[in-house]
Amino acid sequence: MNRLTLDARNLICPLPVIRTQEKVEHLRNGDELEVLCTDPGALHDIPAWCRIHGHEVVETGEHAGDFVVRLRVRKLGNQT
Amino acid sequence: MTEQRKAIALISGGLDSMLAAKMIRDQGVHVEGINFFTGFCVEGHTHAIRTHDRKRPKRNNALWAADQLRIKLHIVDVIEKYKDVVLNPRYGYGANLNPCLDCKAFMVAQAREWMERHAFDFIVTGEVMGQRPKSQTKSKLPIVAARSGTYDRLLRPLSAKLLEPTLPEREGWVDREKLGDISGRSRKTQISMAQRYGFKDFAQPAGGCCFLTDSYYAAKMRDLWRSRGDRDYEFDDIMLLKVGRHLRPKPHYKLIVARDNGENHFLRGYRNRYTHLQIDDHPGPVALVDGDPSLEELKLAARITARFGKGREADAVRARISRRDGTELLLSVVPLRKGQIPQAWYV
Ligand code: SF4
Repeated sequence: MNRLTLDARNLICPLPVIRTQEKVEHLRNGDELEVLCTDPGALHDIPAWCRIHGHEVVETGEHAGDFVVRLRVRKLGNQT
Repeated sequence: MTEQRKAIALISGGLDSMLAAKMIRDQGVHVEGINFFTGFCVEGHTHAIRTHDRKRPKRNNALWAADQLRIKLHIVDVIEKYKDVVLNPRYGYGANLNPCLDCKAFMVAQAREWMERHAFDFIVTGEVMGQRPKSQTKSKLPIVAARSGTYDRLLRPLSAKLLEPTLPEREGWVDREKLGDISGRSRKTQISMAQRYGFKDFAQPAGGCCFLTDSYYAAKMRDLWRSRGDRDYEFDDIMLLKVGRHLRPKPHYKLIVARDNGENHFLRGYRNRYTHLQIDDHPGPVALVDGDPSLEELKLAARITARFGKGREADAVRARISRRDGTELLLSVVPLRKGQIPQAWYV
């Protein structure tokens, strides 16, 4: 299992989601990704994106003025 | 068992694209959504910038729609590719700077590439015949299909019965009888379908799905091109056109003045890329300077900025000018008085 961080600060939505999506495309089942953002919209959008793609949101919160979404990649077989 | 067919549906977040995807999904087709971020999209975030809009949901409409539909959604960054659509539309603009016909053909062509890469079978859009005066007439719909290279793999479920049968209909992947025959601008049928499907609180953009349909936005974009002598834009430019009051005292520089705290916060995010101004001794807006003003002109910019702050009636205020390279200049300036900002400066 890999743990990675994605810096999506100073990007406004939906760019944090797009960057998350691009990153997750190259990750494997069970990997964890921590996304840092400054747009509060990302706290809704990234979990919504995870929900429809079947990834798991481990934690959302605020840390040192940034918003953080931690997710676990769930991939089964051949997924788009 | 027959093979389950796969469709990629363009999801704008508006009602029509939701209904179209739902109709096809209900026919047993595997549907996934695709949404394109051009930089001009009217989204939750643009409302969220302004303080008084904080109560609106800060959500991405397309994601929200996909969540309701329980389909996957792929959001694609097309900011760079889309420039050519805005700058050189083959079929021209609508009422403002909206190149709707070229835009639709572009998006469907992008969806086609995705479809081919992922071995999907056809494309679904929420287009309704006759809904938009310029881009969705019966004669224009085939242009989108041909220009995007999708031809008969492009299905518009809401108006399908009024159009020639497409490949998915001819092959029996979908039942044409269960598709729609909606045309025109009335939204009645769509609203009643939404009720039947239990869709609530869907986005219904009045003018269109993007800022290019907005006359104020289009005026600011034209002003930008005029002042630079070049019809081009960067991503930062088009984001900043959505925010603040824009004042151009001289052709070679303009001022973007925040209208509330939300915009102050947003503009501060650009402080490394633009010279910015603020009044130190009174609450007030952040202002960004776009262009290359002289020192005298920067003083005027500071007096303008002061006019929009709480110290507007003070004899003098202390203005802080921060340049991109990190150097700062402190000036004592007299705020412009009521009536001293000519209307012609407002972009
Ligand atoms: S309103 Fe904007 S996004 Fe919608 S079709 Fe026209 S140009 Fe494209």
